[in-house]
Amino acid sequence: MTGDAGRDTREAAQLAARDSYGRLVAYLARRWRDVAAAEDALGDAFVAALESWPRAGVPDKPEAWLLAVARHRLVDVARHASVEGRAVHDLGPELDQVDRDPVFPDERLKLLFVCAHPAVDEKARTPLMLQTVLGLDAATVASAFLVAPATMGQRLVRAKARIRDARIGFEVPAPTELSERLGAVLEAIYAGYGTGWDDVTGAGGRGYALAGEAIWLGRLVTRLLPHEPEAHGLLALMLHCEARRAARRDADGAYVPLDRQDVTLWSRSMIEEAEASLATAARSGRPGRFQLEAAIQSVHAARAVTGRTDWPAIALLYAGLLACAPTIGARVGHAAALAKAESAQAGIDALVAIPADAVATYQPYWALRAHLLARLGRRDESREAYDRAIGLSDNPAVREFLAGQARVAGGGPS
Amino acid sequence: MKYTILIYETPADFAARTDERRKEAYWGAYRAYTKALGDAGVMTGGAALQPSHLATTIRPQDGNQRVQDGPYAEAKEQLGGYYVIEVPDLDQALAWAARCPAASTGAVEVRPNLSM
Repeated sequence: MTGDAGRDTREAAQLAARDSYGRLVAYLARRWRDVAAAEDALGDAFVAALESWPRAGVPDKPEAWLLAVARHRLVDVARHASVEGRAVHDLGPELDQVDRDPVFPDERLKLLFVCAHPAVDEKARTPLMLQTVLGLDAATVASAFLVAPATMGQRLVRAKARIRDARIGFEVPAPTELSERLGAVLEAIYAGYGTGWDDVTGAGGRGYALAGEAIWLGRLVTRLLPHEPEAHGLLALMLHCEARRAARRDADGAYVPLDRQDVTLWSRSMIEEAEASLATAARSGRPGRFQLEAAIQSVHAARAVTGRTDWPAIALLYAGLLACAPTIGARVGHAAALAKAESAQAGIDALVAIPADAVATYQPYWALRAHLLARLGRRDESREAYDRAIGLSDNPAVREFLAGQARVAGGGPS
Repeated sequence: MKYTILIYETPADFAARTDERRKEAYWGAYRAYTKALGDAGVMTGGAALQPSHLATTIRPQDGNQRVQDGPYAEAKEQLGGYYVIEVPDLDQALAWAARCPAASTGAVEVRPNLSM
């Protein structure tokens, strides 16, 4: 077996396990209304499987086997706790049915809505999704979000207790509130992808280690809610950014900003999938934040075909984005587009209009500001802004790139 | 809440401080980091330390105090300096620690200060 085939097999096995895990947790959690108890019971069932399957062989219906063991575990635990008045009977009949029925309903969409429920701490939403739907452990999630593992563990435990104690319903929201509630789900998934990957300012951003997991969740939501354009928009956005992964570093590991990337290194298949998702979204005639962000990335992707970037189109799309989602990232992106489409001064004017408090630690702002001030010949201010951008970066390749830019701006011919 | 960011540097980091080809990048990165901390209004103190071969350590031995050349513990990474910052919570302290140049080469440790 070649290394590639070995990796493919391993990835296929991981994906299958991930798919099963999330479905099983969602199913148990929905019926038991207790995410932590469902995870614990399923964990015990997996341990039992590891012990039993090598001896007795893998059962015909592995998922039903796991569910049966997990159910027994849940009932056992509940019996011990029933002195506290907890109802034991509500899980029994339904799970008996599962034992007979090889196809059990996919409740992951409900679980996703629970994870991103307004009553759940915003900081816990994405980690909760990654843990419950994908089965990632708290330590992995903690590292990806640059949070202390102990803190992350507590946050997850608290969030699950809140879901149980506040009796947050495992249901798909009514049509009247679907769009707002879905927005929270999509935002939590996007937070898992990471921000600023492809910053037009050339500053780069923190690309989380869990980009693949976020895209997987994005795909899942488009499958479960095929008629929601923003879900397709988010998937298109993430795929467009992911398509450029190989082009973001040169052979020496140096950072390459978007406008200097070798387009032949972009993944054509991902760009095609992104464009198809965006087209699906557009057919609904209901634009939104993620569709606009994906459309901006789509204009960048067109450079692979046309050889140029249509900056006025990007500036226009950012203006639309600002109307519906005026985030700091969008304001800085708009300023970068104005600088390219109109003039460096137009870009600076847009930057200085952003409140100083909001950008104190926002690195892409300082990188763009430094670049534009250099173009305007304001060398001292540019140097200061470059220092600030370098100091705010947590990526050595980006630091080196900015230091190089600063040297060019500071003395050498530009 | 005050936190101390302890900076553990590798022998290569310490060498970069005086290496003709690397010292500009080394000091430039720390100057920028210090400026970012200051401009954001979170820095309350700190110091850069000389390499550990210049350390002198005192410890008790047989009821007396013994003075030794060198750091208190031999390790690949050695304390190269520290920053004291004031931020609302550990999440933000870690975000600042991740920006420290040593977080990409050696190690940084974040500890909450005892309030006295």
